[in-house]
Amino acid sequence: MSGKEKPQIPIDLAAVRSALEKSGGKRMWRGLDDLAGSREFQDFRDHEYPYDDPKSRLGVSRRDFLKVAGAATTLLGLTACTKLPVEKIVPYVNAPEQIVPGHPLFYATSMPFQGYGTGLLVESHMGRPTKAEGNPGHPASLGSTDIYAQASLLDMYDPDRAQVVLREGHVGSYSDFLDLLKGLRAEHLAKKGAGLRFLTETVTSPTLADQFHDLLTQFPQAKWHQYEPLARDNARAGAKLAFGEYVETVYHFDQADVVVALDSDFMASGPGAVRYAREFANKRRVTGPDSTMSRFYAVECTPTVTGVQADHRLRLKSGDVEAVARSLAAQLGVKVSSVVTAPAGIPAGWIEAVVRDLQNHKGACVVVAGDHQPPVVHALAHAMNDILGGVGKTVTYTGPAEANPMDQVQSLRDLASDLDNGAVEMLVMFGGNPIYNAPADIPFLDKLKKAKLRIHLSLYDNETAEYCHWHIPAAHYLESWSDARADDGTVGIIQPLIAPLYNGVSAHEILTVLQGQEGRTGHTIVREYWMKQKPGANFEEQWEAWLEKGVVADTALPAKKVALKLDFDTSGGGGSKPGGMEVVFRPDPTVWDGRYANNGWLQELPKPISKLTWDNVASVSPTTAQQLSISNGDVLKVSLGGRSVTAPAWISVGQVDECVVLYLGYGRRRAGRIGTGIGYDAYAIRSSDTPWFASGLQVKKTGDTYKLVTTQHHRIMKENGVETEIESRAAFQRGVMRVGTLEEFKQNPDFAKNPPDETTEAKSLYPPYNYKVGYQWGMSIDLNACIGCNACVIACQAENNIAVVGKDQVSKGREMHWLRVDSYFQGDLDQPQIYSEPVPCMQCENAPCEYVCPVGATVHSPEGLNEMVYNRCVGTRYCSNNCSYKVRHFNFFLYSDWNTPSLFGLRNPDVTVRSRGVMEKCTYCVQRINEVKIKAEESNRTIQDGEIATACEQVCPTKAIVFGDIIDSGSRVAKVKGQSRDYSLLADLNTRPRTTYLAKLRNPNPEIKE
Amino acid sequence: MPQIFHRSANTIARVSIYGAVFILAGLGYLGWRVNFSSYYTNVGAHEPQPVPFSHKHHVSGLGIDCRYCHVSVENSSFAGIPPTHTCMSCHSKIWVNSAMLQPVRFSYATDQSLAWTRVNALPDFVYFNHGIHIHKGIGCTTCHGPVGDMPITWKANTLYMRWCINCHKHPWRYVRPRQYVFSVTYKPPPDQNALGRRLVKEYKIKDATQITDCYTCHR
Repeated sequence: MSGKEKPQIPIDLAAVRSALEKSGGKRMWRGLDDLAGSREFQDFRDHEYPYDDPKSRLGVSRRDFLKVAGAATTLLGLTACTKLPVEKIVPYVNAPEQIVPGHPLFYATSMPFQGYGTGLLVESHMGRPTKAEGNPGHPASLGSTDIYAQASLLDMYDPDRAQVVLREGHVGSYSDFLDLLKGLRAEHLAKKGAGLRFLTETVTSPTLADQFHDLLTQFPQAKWHQYEPLARDNARAGAKLAFGEYVETVYHFDQADVVVALDSDFMASGPGAVRYAREFANKRRVTGPDSTMSRFYAVECTPTVTGVQADHRLRLKSGDVEAVARSLAAQLGVKVSSVVTAPAGIPAGWIEAVVRDLQNHKGACVVVAGDHQPPVVHALAHAMNDILGGVGKTVTYTGPAEANPMDQVQSLRDLASDLDNGAVEMLVMFGGNPIYNAPADIPFLDKLKKAKLRIHLSLYDNETAEYCHWHIPAAHYLESWSDARADDGTVGIIQPLIAPLYNGVSAHEILTVLQGQEGRTGHTIVREYWMKQKPGANFEEQWEAWLEKGVVADTALPAKKVALKLDFDTSGGGGSKPGGMEVVFRPDPTVWDGRYANNGWLQELPKPISKLTWDNVASVSPTTAQQLSISNGDVLKVSLGGRSVTAPAWISVGQVDECVVLYLGYGRRRAGRIGTGIGYDAYAIRSSDTPWFASGLQVKKTGDTYKLVTTQHHRIMKENGVETEIESRAAFQRGVMRVGTLEEFKQNPDFAKNPPDETTEAKSLYPPYNYKVGYQWGMSIDLNACIGCNACVIACQAENNIAVVGKDQVSKGREMHWLRVDSYFQGDLDQPQIYSEPVPCMQCENAPCEYVCPVGATVHSPEGLNEMVYNRCVGTRYCSNNCSYKVRHFNFFLYSDWNTPSLFGLRNPDVTVRSRGVMEKCTYCVQRINEVKIKAEESNRTIQDGEIATACEQVCPTKAIVFGDIIDSGSRVAKVKGQSRDYSLLADLNTRPRTTYLAKLRNPNPEIKE
Repeated sequence: MPQIFHRSANTIARVSIYGAVFILAGLGYLGWRVNFSSYYTNVGAHEPQPVPFSHKHHVSGLGIDCRYCHVSVENSSFAGIPPTHTCMSCHSKIWVNSAMLQPVRFSYATDQSLAWTRVNALPDFVYFNHGIHIHKGIGCTTCHGPVGDMPITWKANTLYMRWCINCHKHPWRYVRPRQYVFSVTYKPPPDQNALGRRLVKEYKIKDATQITDCYTCHR
């Protein structure tokens, strides 16, 4: 990694600290650049697009160009006089049932992610899947999804997907491959499968498991290995330690008054995350002063989506979390073997206060251990839940949802040693990319080369495919039949929405050849498996019902009675691990383990809190940065156990000191035209015995700098209002992000309210609209429910054909996301409170943008929308210049891909694909409004509340966003807006926004002083 | 100093300055006329089609309802172009050997779609919905012209925005009773304005501010 870009000016952290101290603890800040008042921050705050190129590549300035262009304006006008092109209409020969051109169909399916299924309803326009929505009837979705389900559509249409069968790097034929497999089957049958190995990722699919079971019966000496880099080995081992068997732990956060998370990001990663987010938010949903909230304690090393929701967030090295778990457990009465000394950095009385809180809520509290923590922490959490009476209430156990739970790192080690011994003749890999993501101490490439025949089935021709004799393009989950279990065991049938774009096949179809049952299609395999499971005369009826509902009835695993082993805690140790710099490995919050590296939506999606895009970083705390004199973008050489990697540094406020967090998933060498060669590869120093954290990291500055791009300081709303002649307003703080504690709220329910004199229609110079008739659309965003998970941003992108612009354009503030999630910080650098605030278009009633458009391209609708009319827009950008909320986005170039045929299928046909030179912004998903409006009028009725859901509202895991008709007093949005926490952004400007916010509340423990 | 220009030059200058107004106006008028000429709008143009389908024969002659072929016109944005199967539902029995219908039979036999040339096209940034217009009492012929008299389908109106807006501003001039929406012989009664105003109320057609709102058609 070399520093080609101009160096960023380092931030003086000492000055920042003293400035922050002076401004008091109440100040809301937008990151280090804000505190330091950096030039870049000021530029972005004070200017619309600060970094327009003054000269184009041709060396002509904008002004000169306009002089010349002015003369030609009349001629340019003629370009509008194009004749419409001649188009063809190509109807069906035989119209398929149900398809009505103009009406999308929705199919229920499940998206497998790390093996576990999330139920989806996928929208299909004339056979093209265009948008994924959550399936309300599926327990892992409840109608919402995470970012990955939204972005998976783009994956399917990705033009870089593997498109042909490769035989030793050359185009091969699938029928040759099948012939080969048939021959090999006969050969290996004779040898009982000795030398036959399979490698998959985590599998929950009952059908696939059944096929493997049959295969392993036919080939008794063959072996089935599983490996994925972010496998939940610790959770599995922890269950085994505590109960002597693998069990699935299912939490019920809606039953928990007190939640303690030990390094767990349960709302953003891991099975059940979407449901957990909903349950957690439901338990904290406040409707009035008599509402209650659960209390949440989190211990973690670096801020995560889940952790920053905590009422008390303790930053601690990952290695010290075990000591906290032991202290907690010991004080709760769990028999702990080792002497417990709480690690340094915990405020006095913190643990005792948590213990008292837990004990006061016996049966209504839960302790959650994170997947990154060692098995003993999981076992301790199980023991604590047991002693606190949570089992059966806040936590239930079931048999494993995984088909074949195993220690996956050990499984890979076993495979590697078999490869070393030359015991592997044929290795079939279904998905996965071990050459890229195997632990550094298992050099998988060298080992893999020892297998005589290597076959790889995957979506992409990736690092692993390169070294395989055969690479077979896999069918995407939207193109194939399969099934997957949710974390509670519920099975969803995966049904295809479209025939494979590139003749991809599924693992089922390859396995069936090896089983000697060639010719069975994916559909037959899955259907026949379920016919065996649920036989009966009415099978066909049931099957249809499962497909329609997206879940197979009665497949949730029954709660299992487990007995805690009393002597689980046999390890000595305890207390802090040896000191020194700690390294922590984390999945990247957007590209995960690297599988989404080629997905432009996820690459450009600003990562939660840091708002970095297009890169991964090595993050350090401000104090550590000061000690090592590191600033953002300094390239660090980090070494662990003799291996090293260079990574750009990022100062992450709220992170623990003496700790470097490395994010996995970048540094891909063979991902595709988007993902190849960006970021660094943290797998290079991740070893199998310390997959999550280790101490003894060496950090050295290389002296280079690297340009990191964050949107954290883009589109800033000024915290200080305009100083008016009224004296009292001079020091007026606008309170863009309003936060109070539950206690404050109870005493003063109106703490967040705007002063009533601020927003009056009478103050407008313009003639008022009649807002008393028809529908009047409005939106409310509950900041107390929002967890900043980004699902809304990417759902908006999928629904509204929003373009990806690339890192360079993002650095100029030209990102196109119609909905952004702003991070706010409050408090000191080391331990700030961190808040998220989604900002779509406010749809102002007195909209500043409308008055300045010279061509009437942005106008007001009778239903209260600020309309953006692309075909009128000439790109003056006055509207965006005048937008107080900075929610307008300009197409400086032709950002939308108008050339790649496979991407045409992805587009929502109900929304215009914008061209260059056009302004765009959130429309409240007007295509959805119009569709429902027409439907309602055709059946002579009015629109029901809840019938229209904007894309962001529909996807939101916590249901923080509510949309509807604000003059219908019975509507949800009217009721929510009637709450005393309701406030408007920048109310002093009298823009009268239709999008308003409910203030954030915290529920701190009065015993803990901060 | 002698005069360079003769006195008559004054007249020439006056005429050409004064004339420039007419020349510019003339050019403007020409542009205007081109804009509305059938060359430019395709109104009345006979597009080549794989089969010279006659609405006159099928609709007026045989009395087939519009919806027999355009099945989704009442409830979708797109009226629907019939699949080959619909053609063959009759033409497997009648005119089975007609040379004119060879492409239809070929399509049915080979499962390859017929490719019709689109006659009534709107730009891609316009989101027109057939269903709601039918529901509000706008007849097929109001926009598509005298379809029952068309031996080959042509475009009857410019489909320009000003043309759309004209009706969206004055719907009472065009609306007809729902039972006549699919009639190709319907003639507006002499008291159209009175009838129209009554129907506008009855069919709950929104006022002009609502239906001339940009997002009604553009998004």
